[in-house]
Amino acid sequence: MRFGFNFWLGATLTALVIFAGILAPWIAPFDPVFNADLMNSELPPDATFWFGTDAQGRDVLTRTLYGAQISLTVGIVSQLINSLIGVTLGMTGGYWGGWWDDLVSGLTNVMLAIPSLIFALAVLAVLGPGLPSLLIALGLTNWSWTCRVARSSTLSLKSQGYVQAAKILGYGDMRIMFTQILPNMMGPILVMATLGMGSAVLSEAALSFIGLGIQPPSPSWGSMLTDARQLIQLAPWIAVFPGLAIFLTVLGFNLLGDGLRDSLDPHMRTRKP
Amino acid sequence: MFIFTIRRVLQTIPTVIVAALIIFVIFSVVPGTFATSLLADGKRAADPQLIARLNEELGLNKPLVERFATYITNLAHFNLGTSFRTRQPVINLITDRIWASFILASAAMMFALIVALPLGFIAALRPGSIVDTATMIGAVSGLSVPEFWLGLVLMYIFALQLNWLPSFGYGDGSFQNLILPAITLGVAPMALLARTTRAGVLDVLHSDFIRTAHAKGMSDVKVMRWHVARNALVLIITTVGLQFGSLVGQAVIIEKLFAWPGIGSLLVDSVAIRDIPVVQGTILVIVLWFLAINTAVDLIYAAIDPRIKQG
Amino acid sequence: MTQPLLDIRNLHLGLRLGRDLHPLLNDISFQIMPGEAYGLVGESGSGKSITSLAVMGLLRKPLSVSGGEIIFKDRNLLTLPKREMRRLRGKNVAMIFQEPMTALNPLSTVGRQIAEMFILHQGKNWREARRLAVDSLARVRVPNPERRVNDYPHQMSGGLRQRVMIAIALACDPDLLIADEPTTALDVTVQAEVLKLIKDLCAERQTAVLFISHDLGVIAAVCQRVGVMYAGCLVEENSTDRLFSDPQHPYTRGLLGALPRLGGRLENGRQRLVDIDSIITDRSILTKTRCIAPRIKEGSTP
Repeated sequence: MRFGFNFWLGATLTALVIFAGILAPWIAPFDPVFNADLMNSELPPDATFWFGTDAQGRDVLTRTLYGAQISLTVGIVSQLINSLIGVTLGMTGGYWGGWWDDLVSGLTNVMLAIPSLIFALAVLAVLGPGLPSLLIALGLTNWSWTCRVARSSTLSLKSQGYVQAAKILGYGDMRIMFTQILPNMMGPILVMATLGMGSAVLSEAALSFIGLGIQPPSPSWGSMLTDARQLIQLAPWIAVFPGLAIFLTVLGFNLLGDGLRDSLDPHMRTRKP
Repeated sequence: MFIFTIRRVLQTIPTVIVAALIIFVIFSVVPGTFATSLLADGKRAADPQLIARLNEELGLNKPLVERFATYITNLAHFNLGTSFRTRQPVINLITDRIWASFILASAAMMFALIVALPLGFIAALRPGSIVDTATMIGAVSGLSVPEFWLGLVLMYIFALQLNWLPSFGYGDGSFQNLILPAITLGVAPMALLARTTRAGVLDVLHSDFIRTAHAKGMSDVKVMRWHVARNALVLIITTVGLQFGSLVGQAVIIEKLFAWPGIGSLLVDSVAIRDIPVVQGTILVIVLWFLAINTAVDLIYAAIDPRIKQG
Repeated sequence: MTQPLLDIRNLHLGLRLGRDLHPLLNDISFQIMPGEAYGLVGESGSGKSITSLAVMGLLRKPLSVSGGEIIFKDRNLLTLPKREMRRLRGKNVAMIFQEPMTALNPLSTVGRQIAEMFILHQGKNWREARRLAVDSLARVRVPNPERRVNDYPHQMSGGLRQRVMIAIALACDPDLLIADEPTTALDVTVQAEVLKLIKDLCAERQTAVLFISHDLGVIAAVCQRVGVMYAGCLVEENSTDRLFSDPQHPYTRGLLGALPRLGGRLENGRQRLVDIDSIITDRSILTKTRCIAPRIKEGSTP
């Protein structure tokens, strides 16, 4: 398989964010939460504080690096949950058909009718803010597109010769699904998951920004921007770096997803809004 | 067409009911949510006796099925309940604010269309050109940028530094107040529309009937007007419909950022103070909005594409 | 001798990739007289279709003509200004394509798509053009033309759609009709009807036809003269009768051998079809002399 420029640019960006997240404890110059020092508050970028400091005098660079951990956790975990739900429902629905398929399709259509950010808000309203609720909220609300893709792939794979052959050989339904169908639709699912990570990172940032996601003093990019908003006149640099970090991370995932899609199948188009 | 319209509208009813059920269940099955959240002030646990009394008062001690039946019956009478906080009917709170949301979403979509359609067209006509490359880079960036951050940056530059535009508020519906939130909200649909338009137009340009049109001796302009535009429109309209719906979701954040008095900021504020009936009602209205637009899109689609009505 | 209607002289055409030109057509020359039906036959990829697209001026990048002339009514189409070429296209030279399923716009009525011709070339208004479209449909023997004119392509069968294509092509009474595999995608019974329609209509109004097909049988039914194309070269040209009775080029003999025919049977009652052992290889080393390929099974002709 050949990958284009987009793929490699996306892969590089994503790799950088992953390294930043993993290596944060070693490369970050300060502690993300406890180096608050009001004497140094709101300093513009300089030699000690490369990205400046925030209202509590904490180093913005350090917090931005640690922020990668939260964003990546949310992106990856929520997409794992999404893919698990989407693939399970879509594959079984497409394979078994009948009332179960009707139920799955009906549920998918209803889920598509509720904007995912709104749904996540509803879940957060019930569970309260925080990382675990956020993971559940974003993990439960964005599986409908994956489910659709899984279902339609299963439908087309089901009629393929080798799946028919496996059936004739007496393979069980589960075995056919896991050994014959699932491996053959991993490509599109992977694309959906990669693009989904981008939108999960965006949603996390947005929800944290309005105070319903990750709570301060945890260094989430979204909640850092909440603080930055109050000080935008005095200390614009506090807003610049977390925002750039979100942008580059999401850009990385999107380019990676697009690149994967283009090399897997040049004809598959983005239907995901 | 008439029968098709009726059928399409009727099809949405089960979706509405199931969506209402899901929203209802989310807020009901988690034990104690209503009363505890209402009474909790975040510091100490609420008095159990008080909770019990409140449950009684709100009818929360009745079985779930009965409560859902009451809920649906109320819905049918446009009764979305009463706000915990303000004691006003939820429906009034929403109708007071839905106009502002509608204006914002429409303005954002207009902005997105005005920019994205020409760019997408030009990009498709000259693939690989500078316009094409720039448009596609812009599109993937537009899909990746966090909207609220972009809004913050725009607010900083145009309102705070240059002083050209007001930084937030509704300003009694003045156009100036609309500009920044609408542009911010319009960026993501703009990016997606530019992509879809480009892909759609390219697709049409490579189809056989365009070759037929050229073989007829048609000029490029006429080929565009008579054959490309309408066929590409089908794909574009689908995207517009989907985007218009999810705009309302995104608008929640942008309304909050720009202190725009729409249903989005109502929702966020109500979630923050756990005013559950308002949250429930607002979400339901957003879902109805989304479904209404999807239905409208399907109808427009059927009017353009004769193949749809056939079944 | 009368002036030929279409005179293709030493046409060279290739795929331009960067600075390289990969030749696809090599020194093609043939003439079509007014009212004559000329057939081009050859296997897929031999260059029949791009020859016709070159005549229509519909070649798309990276295809480009690298030499020769296409003279139509004393004018070289290759040097004609874009505007004039456009006026000529459809009005004087019209074309029918292979795929009737996709060659019509699915979102317009067939009536509108025929009417466009009268708007473009005869300056009619929509009302008149629509009336003329009904007449055109009647001419290609579509039943109920008054009603059918409002149909969308998806409401029609493949045969009917190809009739609509013919109606479009013949709407302005062109001098030359190019038919690129017009019946390949159709059922056999429909094929015969459509062939007969093309033949009758063109004979009726003295329209010359350039008929392209890989099927010698179809060519024989319509054309007076045939050119055989192979790997971008015109290897043989003759009248249809002579070509069948006395093929000169080994490739032609191979083609004829691959044709099923009545009476050509072996003892066991089965008919043996000869396959042509040819895979078109690297064209960059193609030269005119190489067109006589050694791959033809010389001994296997019937």
